[in-house]
Amino acid sequence: MQSRLRALFDALMPVIATLAALAVGAVMLLFLKVNPIEAYNSLWNGAFGSTNALAETLVKATPLLLVALGICISFRADVINIGGDGQMIIGAILGTWIGLVFVDMPGWVVITLALLGGFLGGAIWGGIAGLLKAYFKVNEILSTVMMNAIAVQLMNFLLRGPMIDPSQAQKASKIPQTARLLDAFHLPRLVPTRLHLGVLIAVVLAVLVYILLWRTTLGYRIRAVGQNPHASRYAGIKVQRYVVLALFLSGAFSGLAGVVQVYGVNYRMITDGSASGFTGAAGFNGIVAALFGQLHPILSIPASILFGALLVGANSMQRVVQVPSALITALNGLVVVFVVSSEVWRRRRQRRKLAVVKDESASKPEQAKVPIEEAER
Amino acid sequence: MISDLFSATVLIGILTSGIRLATPYLYAAIGETFSQRSGVLNLGVEGQMLLGAFSGFYITLTTGNLWLGVLVAMLVGALMGLAMAFVTVNLHAQQGISGIGFYLFGLGMSDLLFQKLMGTVETVQGFPKIYIPGLSDIPIIGEIFFSQNILVYGAYLLVPLAWFVLNKTTFGLKIRSVGENPEAADSLGVSVVRVRYFTIILGGTLSGLAGASLSIALLNVFQQNMTSGMGFIAVALVYFGAWSPVGVLGGALLFSMVNSLQLWIQVLGIPVPSDIAIMMPYVLTILVLVVTVSKVRAPSALTKPFERED
Repeated sequence: MQSRLRALFDALMPVIATLAALAVGAVMLLFLKVNPIEAYNSLWNGAFGSTNALAETLVKATPLLLVALGICISFRADVINIGGDGQMIIGAILGTWIGLVFVDMPGWVVITLALLGGFLGGAIWGGIAGLLKAYFKVNEILSTVMMNAIAVQLMNFLLRGPMIDPSQAQKASKIPQTARLLDAFHLPRLVPTRLHLGVLIAVVLAVLVYILLWRTTLGYRIRAVGQNPHASRYAGIKVQRYVVLALFLSGAFSGLAGVVQVYGVNYRMITDGSASGFTGAAGFNGIVAALFGQLHPILSIPASILFGALLVGANSMQRVVQVPSALITALNGLVVVFVVSSEVWRRRRQRRKLAVVKDESASKPEQAKVPIEEAER
Repeated sequence: MISDLFSATVLIGILTSGIRLATPYLYAAIGETFSQRSGVLNLGVEGQMLLGAFSGFYITLTTGNLWLGVLVAMLVGALMGLAMAFVTVNLHAQQGISGIGFYLFGLGMSDLLFQKLMGTVETVQGFPKIYIPGLSDIPIIGEIFFSQNILVYGAYLLVPLAWFVLNKTTFGLKIRSVGENPEAADSLGVSVVRVRYFTIILGGTLSGLAGASLSIALLNVFQQNMTSGMGFIAVALVYFGAWSPVGVLGGALLFSMVNSLQLWIQVLGIPVPSDIAIMMPYVLTILVLVVTVSKVRAPSALTKPFERED
């Protein structure tokens, strides 16, 4: 009974962390001389207040979920991928290019090709970081940060030059954007809102990633490498190969997020010079969503919706009570800090359990560790 | 046009601005070197820099006192460091991820404060150039090295100081032992908690100063997300410099010189697309990491929380 209560407490931890962050936000709002109730009310209405608002929230949640799925894979392999933004950009570039070149093909063919292109583009960008880590020992945090910066400049270069909208190329303004995709290539809308097929794709993929991680040998090995690379190596798993694979797949899902953003929402690529101008910082917010979902693909669905809601609601809060939406970025940061900090209780309990097991099977204390951590997941 | 690059004035210009541009990287990366040597990866540098840049700028704008701006920026960075220390040392939170949390917090918070307190981009009169008597009169060298502002000089003086503290003092030995083998250090009576608190707060303070050096000594403006990845580069430079202040100096100079070169290429109108030019320092950093990193070992306890076995 007690253990079930504790399990419930663990599951509620992220929610408690969010509430704590919102409470800090309320104090900040008071300092800004804004009524927190009014502000949070407008945030709620903006995110869930109408069919359109709800659809916007789901549309915003989609890239977050896709990035989060990739994060579930890489973080489970103990590989920290913070290159989501860059991988989204490369995926989007490849996918958009396909849509601009194959104009004579039927819509479903181009959409399929573009999604595959996005998947592959992100995968290559992530895979490079994977190769650098596995074979040259370059820390993946650093390489993915560098690769983000390179991807942004590549996007700026292509959108100002080779891929610029032909009509913009003739104008003096030369807005750095591609031509608009043909209507036939847009991801189909689901209901008369901006809700598009990408939302469903993301949810289906969440289930597939769950199956991959917990129902296949491949997934088992990815997780084993993350839990204990040395033991995995002794067990005959080629650790380096799985490190590359984890970043390859992680990048692929971010790339998909980028292409879905183009084919489902913007219908073209446009740059303001920065990464977040295109991605909306989904590469980072997706990490937040995945952590919040305890690196579980299915739990990442509600987590992404929550953060999608916060981002959409932040815009309405900005309109209604004139609080910059940057407040929500700051609060997202606090949520991350609170969630990782709260892990301490779970780990402490785990260790207490471990101590009990150690006493019981004193002959093999070392081996007791792995199955317990395994059971906790 | 390419030949323009090799005229004396341009070369001096490239070197002079390269020296200047390294300033924020040096402060932030030296601070990060201390925390990593004690076993803590602080990925929140970017957030600390942004808040430091804003607070330093805002205080200078409202009071007209540059030194007060520097002080407040350092204090804000120290506070962020204190929070980071509590979360990673006491609560044993995953360092990389909590760093991302602090980054997002600093990014959002500096933007929020900027929009609420200022609203528009303004400029201040930053730290003036100081011509070092005698030395600044030396042809070429004087112009490159001895005609900079005080925060630039400070950054370069920090390098030998950091080297000395880390390698030649008992305290430096404690820091390194905590980063290599916290259990052994603990058994010899070194307080792992206290050492890590010190290095993380020092790292935050220097990151705050790095931000201020950008907003009131180099660019003299504040804009949203003005560091645009510099804090992450600073973390990269620590790996690049193999956890030694001198190595960090080398990395920061290389990165800034290439950056300065690409700025001058644009100024001179040499037909290289600017976006491709901006890419150069990043590509180069990855290449150098490939060549060098595999030969050096990171502090053994890096990213590992320390817990006493009872």
